Amino acid sequence: MSDTPVIELRNVDKSFGPIDVLHEISLKVKAGEVLCLLGDNGAGKSTLIKTLAGVHAPTRGEVLVDGEPVKFSGPKDAQNRGIATVHQFGGTYPLMSVGRNFFMGEEPTKGFGPFKVFDRKTANKIAVEEVQKMGITRITDGDRLVGGLSGGERQSLAIARAVYFGARVLILDEPTAALGVKQAAHVLRIVNEAKKRGLAVIFITHQVMHAMTVGDHFAVLIRGAIAADFRKGEKSREEITDLMAGGQNMADLEASIEGYMETHDGHPPKVSAD
Amino acid sequence: MTTQSSEQASGFSLGSLIRRPETGSLIGFIVVYVFFAILGGAVFLGAPGWSSWLNIAAEVGIIALPVGLLMISGEFDMSVGSVVPASSMMAAVLSGHYELPALVGILGGLGVGLLVGFVNGLIVTRTTIPSLIATIGMMFAVMGLTLGLAVLVKGSTSVSYVPDATSKQLLGTFIGGMFNVSIFWWVGFVAIYFFVLHLSPLGSWIFAIGGDRESARNAGIPTNKLTITLFMASGFGAAFVGIAQVMTYQAAQVAGGQSFIFNSIMCVVIGGVLLTGGAGSVIGILLGTMTFAVVNQGIFFASLDPNVGSIIIGALLLAAVLSNDTFRALAMNYATKKK
Repeated sequence: MSDTPVIELRNVDKSFGPIDVLHEISLKVKAGEVLCLLGDNGAGKSTLIKTLAGVHAPTRGEVLVDGEPVKFSGPKDAQNRGIATVHQFGGTYPLMSVGRNFFMGEEPTKGFGPFKVFDRKTANKIAVEEVQKMGITRITDGDRLVGGLSGGERQSLAIARAVYFGARVLILDEPTAALGVKQAAHVLRIVNEAKKRGLAVIFITHQVMHAMTVGDHFAVLIRGAIAADFRKGEKSREEITDLMAGGQNMADLEASIEGYMETHDGHPPKVSAD
Repeated sequence: MTTQSSEQASGFSLGSLIRRPETGSLIGFIVVYVFFAILGGAVFLGAPGWSSWLNIAAEVGIIALPVGLLMISGEFDMSVGSVVPASSMMAAVLSGHYELPALVGILGGLGVGLLVGFVNGLIVTRTTIPSLIATIGMMFAVMGLTLGLAVLVKGSTSVSYVPDATSKQLLGTFIGGMFNVSIFWWVGFVAIYFFVLHLSPLGSWIFAIGGDRESARNAGIPTNKLTITLFMASGFGAAFVGIAQVMTYQAAQVAGGQSFIFNSIMCVVIGGVLLTGGAGSVIGILLGTMTFAVVNQGIFFASLDPNVGSIIIGALLLAAVLSNDTFRALAMNYATKKK
């Protein structure tokens, strides 16, 4: 594996009219590496993702793919270069089948000329195979409606889809935010699987625990700028949380809650009781 | 047509039958048809009955199909109500008043529909105006323009046009004195829309836009282009009906398309299309249209008070939405239970 980052941002600024959203963002991800982007709500994570995914063009600075500067003409262009984004709700359509979801926008067809027909059998077969390869064995029927799957399965389906379509960079936008503990663990396993297959993963989250489980490299985003940039094992969970919250308060708050819970059978403090 | 759809369903297991979005509308159609068959008797079951409701169904159906596809993609089109008279007026003015060849009139009329659809699509995709409002605005604008055109050219609200034999034969004749030729056009349109929505990859895209527009765009689907195309299709459908009307009745009226607005939406909803988009089927829309037409015409055969017909259609609409929700929930649960 080469040492050139698959995707790199150099001093990227993004502003919408007079409002500056991103300042001097520089980051890079190599193949087989997971970069965790941490940040509180409103820190500019979404704008950063959209810039990486080709939705927004940076106002200043440059985006490099395989060490070469590129300008994306749109999300499709970024995708063609192997940059896939999986959003919080997975970009899946609840009232459509697994097979159709999997091949959305890239439908396999049979037939010729204007009579090209969506090849349901092939689509379902490949979709089920690929999803199972990622470790979701509960999906066996490609005709199943995605609305009947759990949140974690939907995320995994979306990730499996991106991997199948040759993604080299996987941008995961808060994939675990709306999930329960088990479901989140499932998604994290799939992130590891993607990493093992040599994908560069950008994992956006505000759950530090999830980030620490899979991340090799971390960047904390505060008010549109990178406030900290460090590698695995360089900082503790508490330190990261504090960074995200922008100060010491968070640790104090957590400590006081934990202290309270220890003495009160695990119940959190009542807000009105103070 | 009923046998065709029940045959199709019988090939599947009960589970996949429930999963199909048109199951509710099929049951609705059977219930309504049996009800009026009992009340209407032999006349309703014979050719006069079939022709009367099929003629109505074909007219509404040609508009309901694209309106249904639009609804699946999450948009409404109210402007069809004034595109119908606008296109028949355009055809009558071009071919009747100015005595140009019938083809010019037909293309002119269809052009009106495509243009209105294109403008609708532009407004909806380029601005934040919801399609419901945008197309109501277009409806009034087109209505005004149609009236203006008729008064300007002819000085009256009605323009007559006697089509040549071939055009009349193709677009406005009654086969056997009963069955309007539109029925065959309708069947043709059903086949085309079925292909587009359920067989071609484009169909997946239409569902995806209605399910989650943002994700669809992220998946690289040309959402704006597709939305504009769908609006143009519904304008085309409405214009087609307008032309068929002028060929049939040999005159174009300024007003008189308003009933198509709610009727087409009703057919689509009875046919199981989700109002908020993302679900529906062409077979469902077909069944919904047939149900609507049977109620609409069955009333006369059953010699009931016409007002009862409106009540039945109203109740049917509510029942359809309720049962569609139930069937949709069943479809999801069926999938999860299987494990």
